[in-house]
Amino acid sequence: MRVGVFICHCGNNIAGTVDVAKVAEAARMMPGVAFATTYMYTCSEPGQEEIKETIKREKLDRVVVAACSPRMHEVTFRRTVEKAGLNRYFFEMANIREHCSWVGEDKALNTNKAIETIKLAVEKVKQNKPLFPAKFKINKRVLVIGGGVAGMQAALDCADGGLDVVLVEKSSSVGGMMARLDKTFPTVDCSICILGPKMVDVSQHEKINLHAYSEIEEIKGYVGNYQIKIRKKATYVDWSKCTGCGACIEKCPSRNAYDYFNFGVAPARAINIPFPQAIPKKATIDAQFCRQFIKGKCGVCAKFCPVGAINYEMKDEIVTEDVGAIIVASGYGLIDLDKLPEYGGGRYPDVISGIQYERILNASGPTSGHIERPSDHAEPKTIVFVSCAGSRDKSIGIPYCSNFCCMYIAKQAILTKDHIPDSQSYVFYIDIRSPGKGYDEFTRRAQEEYGAKYIRGRVSRIYPKGKKMVVKGADTLLGTQVEIEADLIVLATAVTATNDARTLAEKLHISYDQNGFYVESHPKLRPVETNTSGVFLAGACQGPKDIPASVSQGSAAAAKVLSIFSKDTLESDPQIARVNTNVCVGCRKCIGTCPFGAIEEQQLRDGRIVANVIETVCAGCGICSSTCPCGAIQLQHFTDNQLLAEVNALCLT
Amino acid sequence: MSEKEYIYFPGCSLEASAIEYDMSVRKVLTSLGVKLIEPDDWSCCGSTPAHSVDHVFAAAVAARNLAIVEKMGACTVITACPACLSAFKKAHHRMKKEEGFKKEVNAILDEPYNCGVTAKSVLQVLLEDIGPKAVAEKVTTDLPDLKVAPYYGCIINRPPEIMEFDDPENPLAMDKLMGAVGVKVCDFAFKVECCGAAFGVAKRKMVNELSSKVLTMALDAGANCLVVTCQLCQQNLDLRQGQINSTMGASFNMPVLFFTQVMGLTYGYSSQEMGIDKHNVNAESLIKSRRPVEERIKEEQEKAKGKKPKAKKAEEEES
Repeated sequence: MRVGVFICHCGNNIAGTVDVAKVAEAARMMPGVAFATTYMYTCSEPGQEEIKETIKREKLDRVVVAACSPRMHEVTFRRTVEKAGLNRYFFEMANIREHCSWVGEDKALNTNKAIETIKLAVEKVKQNKPLFPAKFKINKRVLVIGGGVAGMQAALDCADGGLDVVLVEKSSSVGGMMARLDKTFPTVDCSICILGPKMVDVSQHEKINLHAYSEIEEIKGYVGNYQIKIRKKATYVDWSKCTGCGACIEKCPSRNAYDYFNFGVAPARAINIPFPQAIPKKATIDAQFCRQFIKGKCGVCAKFCPVGAINYEMKDEIVTEDVGAIIVASGYGLIDLDKLPEYGGGRYPDVISGIQYERILNASGPTSGHIERPSDHAEPKTIVFVSCAGSRDKSIGIPYCSNFCCMYIAKQAILTKDHIPDSQSYVFYIDIRSPGKGYDEFTRRAQEEYGAKYIRGRVSRIYPKGKKMVVKGADTLLGTQVEIEADLIVLATAVTATNDARTLAEKLHISYDQNGFYVESHPKLRPVETNTSGVFLAGACQGPKDIPASVSQGSAAAAKVLSIFSKDTLESDPQIARVNTNVCVGCRKCIGTCPFGAIEEQQLRDGRIVANVIETVCAGCGICSSTCPCGAIQLQHFTDNQLLAEVNALCLT
Repeated sequence: MSEKEYIYFPGCSLEASAIEYDMSVRKVLTSLGVKLIEPDDWSCCGSTPAHSVDHVFAAAVAARNLAIVEKMGACTVITACPACLSAFKKAHHRMKKEEGFKKEVNAILDEPYNCGVTAKSVLQVLLEDIGPKAVAEKVTTDLPDLKVAPYYGCIINRPPEIMEFDDPENPLAMDKLMGAVGVKVCDFAFKVECCGAAFGVAKRKMVNELSSKVLTMALDAGANCLVVTCQLCQQNLDLRQGQINSTMGASFNMPVLFFTQVMGLTYGYSSQEMGIDKHNVNAESLIKSRRPVEERIKEEQEKAKGKKPKAKKAEEEES
């Protein structure tokens, strides 16, 4: 066996704190090592060429590269050795950067650790077996979770690319947050006017199958072959009959339902269609508020429905869809007003959130677009906007910036002046964050053309005084305290992950950060991928973002799906569990511990029951092999013998 | 009769300038079947003068008292004074969190404090241990003319991670207790605004402005009386109301009562027994209309014939 060891300088990243020449010298002394050298940038094209040439010249049959983390370049070097004619699993990577040169400052100790790390890799690579990936067919359908602008964009792009799309939306209409907005920055064009056509496209596209008012119940499978169970929640209205005429809503006597679409600005009826452009435009009963469900009698909507669509007996329904990839576009939430008691949030009716104000501004909102404050429906003349209401506030666990509040506050200040020319807006800000195209000009316009007074400082307290609300705060530019008597206060409430973001992440086997936002595979270079292959991210579920960014990400995720679906088959990773049926005693312990349900029973010809791994389902986590009492089930490329060889190299020599 | 026993730390001002707070606390708690035990040889809690000079010394002064309570075998000490409460809680919190600080403090004490005592305010005990229901049962007297604005001051529930009681922005403990004894409570926005008392000597002008805002807001809320839980607030707002009037061109005449004094009145104690006659702003005009609580109940029942009973409506609103 002839092992070659290539030690990377990585510029100064490794060579700065590791004596690479000494490491190479030590490597040459290791048993089985036929050749060892150092190179400035092993991952560069000449670096890879050098490996290939050396393999041929020195007749190497195993290769170790001591460089960065295998997460960076394992794939690169596997390809390199494969091109030189070796099986790609006759390669090991020794991480002497993240695990060594970057973390220690003592050069002698680092050098020693690098030598030991390479020693493990050499012993491991000598035990490696050639492995070959299997090919499997993929199901070229895609599931999109969330029908906001990001999800709709992804669905449309996939569908236009010829894929069958299953779009699952939690609420009764697609549109998401954008459908609730009045205008959009920085162009001040009507939000629903630009979103509406997309919503119609989604509903009419023959390749898109929309499940509205539905949630993801269960996800099984792997890239290429997912089985999805979708819970179609009971609407108590037969949507195949409902024409969206609205007769039921008009007659509904339960007038105090919470209006989710309008964020509770005004009460809604228990049977409702959220907004005029809703797609599908079908009614839904909120059983929490419906008299028929609370008191057991009412039936008014059933009586007035001209097509007999009301069905109080309706139950949730589970449907199954098979897909090959998943785009998650489940959106964001907003912090509750009552989490901001210093601003009187949740205590005083005239302290509202930005999204509520958006609904008040909107012509199809509860006030028909007339700005009036909730307490007495009077037209406000002085409006105070408070930015960073909850955002960038470690004390309530939201250390991050909510991304788009600076911009929508400027927009709302402009719209306020348009609606009420004799009004005065004040904006309290920490700093104005407007780095997008045309954004800074826009915030300047709010100040210079629309006369919004921007005050740099934070608000300390908001309290009522007669019919007014007093806003106390600091003006840090003037170094003084300010008090403004206002009619209406708009808090730019912090963006959060949705309430069920964590549950959904667990179903998808993707990770989320400490704030509940989904984690991309690489923050710069793989921004829409997740670490679970076949699952992609779009929109604000990954972090707060505005409409242009969400749309871009929706299209990017669709492109990723189209690219994996451009092949008919995918290669499966051979690093999975395999059962030695001669040793297996059929105890079934592995079946119980496998988190993916990848192990089944199998009866051999002699009648013995043994375990069998379903290759395409196994994720290669290795839990089964540590469970197995007799070592019968082994994770390929990480077998007991291979790992023991590494341990022995470290402990015995 | 005594169902509960508490170690009670009066503190310096409740023995002198705010003796009426002490009187009312003792009488009200006795009425509720609570026995108060005063620790032997208690000393200064280490509040304002000490902690502005030396944190270790301030904590030691507080911990000396806590160590006495600990030695008595108790795990709770109660006090009416928010400054004492704050001193105890702060010392306890830091000694528990920082082993080094604990050693430093205990090094200057004869008896070490082992962090086994929880300090509670009388307000917290009344609300959480005794409860509004038991508090309401002892009411014999109705005060129809009294409309109170509960004023909590700055430190009884702040900072929240140390005081661990009630909402730091919109506390409701006194609101609930006043409601329980049948007193009209106004929704008051300045519950926790600074009254300025701490700067009473150094910055009179600022204190007058801050205090006058508190009083104005109480008037605006429809109140004719402030109820407080802090004797420094009480002293500042009551004793200096004349000064506020003369410097701010105002004409406030708003009594400032301890919440325990109002509770005592509803339990049938006289103004003298509650020490209300010791206050500067006379509260007698608000109290003189008092009557047995049965009369109110009768009146409400009569009204109820016409419309929904008031008490029930209030109950609904609360829930």
